Amino acid sequence: MSEFVQVCSTDDLVKNSGVAALINDTQVALFYINDEVYALNNYDPIGKANVMSRGLIGDLKGEFMVAAPLQKQHYNLKTGECMDVEGVSIPTYETKIENNQVLVKL
Amino acid sequence: MSKQKIVVIGNGMVGHNFIEKLVASEGYANFEVHTFCEEPRVAYDRVYLSSYFSGKTAEDLSLVKPGFYEENGVKIYINDKAVGIDTQNKTVTSEAGVTIEYDKLIMATGSYPFVPPIDGNNRDGCLVYRTIEDLDAMKEVAARGKVGVVVGGGLLGLEAAKALVDLGLETHVVEFAPRLMPVQLDDGGAALLKRKIENLGVTVHTSKATTLITDGESCMNKMVFADGEELETDMVLFSAGIRPRDDLAKESGLELGPRGGIQIDNQCKTSDSDVFAIGECALHDGMVYGLVAPGYSMAQVVVNQLNAEPASFEGADMSTKLKLMGVDVASIGDPHGTDENALSYVYENGPEEIYKKIVVTPDGKKLLGAVLVGDAEDFGNLLQIMLNDMDLPEHPDALILPNRDGSGGDLFGPDALPETAQLCSCYDVSKGDIINAVEGGCCTMADVKATTEAGTGCGGCVQLVTNVLNSELEKRGVEVNTDLCEHFAHTRQELYHICQVEEIKDFDTLIEKHGTGCGCEVCKQAVGNIFASLWNTHALAKENVALQDTNDNYLGNMQKDGTYSVIPRVPGGEITPQKLIVLGEVATKYKLYTKVNGGQRIVLFGAQMNDLPAIWKELLDAGFESGQAYAKALRTVKSCVGSTWCRFGLDDSVTMAIEMENRYKGLRSPHKMKMGVSGCTRECAEAQAKDIGLISTENGWNLYVCGNGGMKPRHADLFATDLTKEEVFKYVDRLLMFYIRTANRLERTATWMDNLEGGLEYLQDVVINDSLGLGAELEAQMERQQQTYQCDWEAALENPEFTKRFRSFVNVDSPAEQLFVQERGQIRPATEEDKLAGIAVEIKQIA
Repeated sequence: MSEFVQVCSTDDLVKNSGVAALINDTQVALFYINDEVYALNNYDPIGKANVMSRGLIGDLKGEFMVAAPLQKQHYNLKTGECMDVEGVSIPTYETKIENNQVLVKL
Repeated sequence: MSKQKIVVIGNGMVGHNFIEKLVASEGYANFEVHTFCEEPRVAYDRVYLSSYFSGKTAEDLSLVKPGFYEENGVKIYINDKAVGIDTQNKTVTSEAGVTIEYDKLIMATGSYPFVPPIDGNNRDGCLVYRTIEDLDAMKEVAARGKVGVVVGGGLLGLEAAKALVDLGLETHVVEFAPRLMPVQLDDGGAALLKRKIENLGVTVHTSKATTLITDGESCMNKMVFADGEELETDMVLFSAGIRPRDDLAKESGLELGPRGGIQIDNQCKTSDSDVFAIGECALHDGMVYGLVAPGYSMAQVVVNQLNAEPASFEGADMSTKLKLMGVDVASIGDPHGTDENALSYVYENGPEEIYKKIVVTPDGKKLLGAVLVGDAEDFGNLLQIMLNDMDLPEHPDALILPNRDGSGGDLFGPDALPETAQLCSCYDVSKGDIINAVEGGCCTMADVKATTEAGTGCGGCVQLVTNVLNSELEKRGVEVNTDLCEHFAHTRQELYHICQVEEIKDFDTLIEKHGTGCGCEVCKQAVGNIFASLWNTHALAKENVALQDTNDNYLGNMQKDGTYSVIPRVPGGEITPQKLIVLGEVATKYKLYTKVNGGQRIVLFGAQMNDLPAIWKELLDAGFESGQAYAKALRTVKSCVGSTWCRFGLDDSVTMAIEMENRYKGLRSPHKMKMGVSGCTRECAEAQAKDIGLISTENGWNLYVCGNGGMKPRHADLFATDLTKEEVFKYVDRLLMFYIRTANRLERTATWMDNLEGGLEYLQDVVINDSLGLGAELEAQMERQQQTYQCDWEAALENPEFTKRFRSFVNVDSPAEQLFVQERGQIRPATEEDKLAGIAVEIKQIA
């Protein structure tokens, strides 16, 4: 069972945007929206490259989402599910913010 | 009252279409429908059979929506063939022993492929092309062989040839007649079609009669022809026409034609008044129709009668338009001019491979037929003229001659058509039906397709239906939904004005006051672009980061592997040897892939995000600046070498191009913009394919506007002639600012102008005559843009806050792992296969 790992401070994040982090050799995309952090694997399963952290984020039909930067498929930030292609999803990870520190559990 | 029992024999395209139409008819509650389907699956699309080999599955080809029969109480007997009809007792018996009574019987047994009586025609590898089982057999043979021959160069034969190409076979077409598609095409059209198809690697043999198929030497089979020649092949695919399946009708005592086909009258009734026949099994007025559209018309005629509405089938037009192996081909009416006094006009364009012919009445007033090969855009127009018996213009050849100066426009716009004009022959949709659909609330082509089915068959009518739709919408003053996305009920133009008037400079304020939700990649980028156009803020400024695509945020174009391209500006394509050396040195140092692109610039590919600042630092130190290839902005101004060196040049196109590029660089716009400057009318810079083009003449510059290359090429329009350099700048300043203010999101200048009411003339009026009184304001806005221009990369490197963002990871300093393969002495991104094969390496491992 993995534990929460301290990754960075909230100052390292960009509001309404994403950054990438390397946690135990796994590339993780961290998105900062609405004072919360969402963590998804950084790998775009359709574009087949580690680019998710560089996608635009926002909402679609009330769900927070990130648009893959290569071909613009939308992924639900909470569940990692692709909103355009059925059966495609990206792993998501639990996060929390404590004392301005961002923690992620792989 | 008990229900009328309807039995349909045959579940092909027409049999299914009949049931669909009956289910949709008003009186459907009065019927109980049974249908026999001898194939192991319900009706599927035989028109697009060849797509089975280019990726579609049997399910994709199905015409029956899942659950359609069950939901509508239709009893279907799949894999069970009707084998007996008792017209006395009105029953049908199937192979599996089912016997059903009927009140009305519909024969939709279709046709079978004709296999010429050639010795050896049943050998291994000899196949036909009709069912999905046939396709599976083709796959199996193709796996064992390498050569395939289609016997028959008609419409279906060429479709089949496409299937063989898709199967990877060396493909031949053998036609008995002296030309391809002998029924639909004339010699000229067929010759061009042959040439085009041969360019695709298919060998066409005409005037060839096959006499024998026997053992091959290098292949499974060998075909022997009447002229003594031979052809080795593995597969022989017969596609030499169809024959009506009338055996069951014959045994049941129904009357057949002298050469087969179930005889029907105008009501589609057979010799037994309770039995109808529709589709390819039926013989009407001496004709068996081998196209799906007449079959659908017959189905409608029978459905109407069952609902006690009068209807009759009076023959069908055999005009067709289709894409055969990527070649547009259309045939209308009688293309051969069988009336010996008929006159014809032919237009043949060798370089562009286009052939068009029209056949008209001796008095030149009416259209009798047409052949179009290579460009079938005129099909809809010509077909309507013929079907509606419309009078031809004084010079009928205007209908097929290219309309290069744009003055002619559509000779017959959508309003010229009568309401009875049939626009979609596959689903028999008239102009009146489209008008009704618009009355009923349809506003988009998607609505019209869903409501009327127009354009969902062969698709040949889509352009025409769209024109009618737009014209009808316009008449009703309907506003089409132009909302940017779900977050803003405004167009880009409206948002531009809101931001300008209210001086809004950040997204949060804008969405709070004028939108809903948090935004998405569509509105965020559009708004980011508006801010950049209006306020010229730096692309990397904090408030912009969340609004921009990765290309803008990292000042490079993201490539498929997540690396970026580096494109410094090379104004006018002029570059010193010293700068070329620097590019080479930087590319060598960072191991970048190097290529000259289409815009006269040098592109370095494969740069990793964390290396971008260092790479650009070296380029900036050598005097380069950002080329902004990542931005919706001016890309390049292409130029020829001009009068300085060229024997023909009339003016110095290079200097002009450099001045243009420096004047408009950095200008953010709704879409990318390209420009070109040519020093004489030889037009080596292809200025007429650009948003802004200049061509030098004896008396100054000719200005062309709103052209583009790309997916939908469009020549630029001549805007003004014999201009001085100052006039050029004034006009272009005004035009571009007007474009930035009024265009939609991602709308290139060509579409923008075409959508402006009044088009080119209106734009000339605004820009040249200053009809809106905006001239001075637009010029001043452009001047502010130029004064606030800053190289994105120079600004980025000055600010450590910006450069921080180029770290691969927020928590560790190491760069992300990126794998490459070496090819022709340079790197390229590693594919998944390369990685599996173990030939992908990290950049540091590359020498």
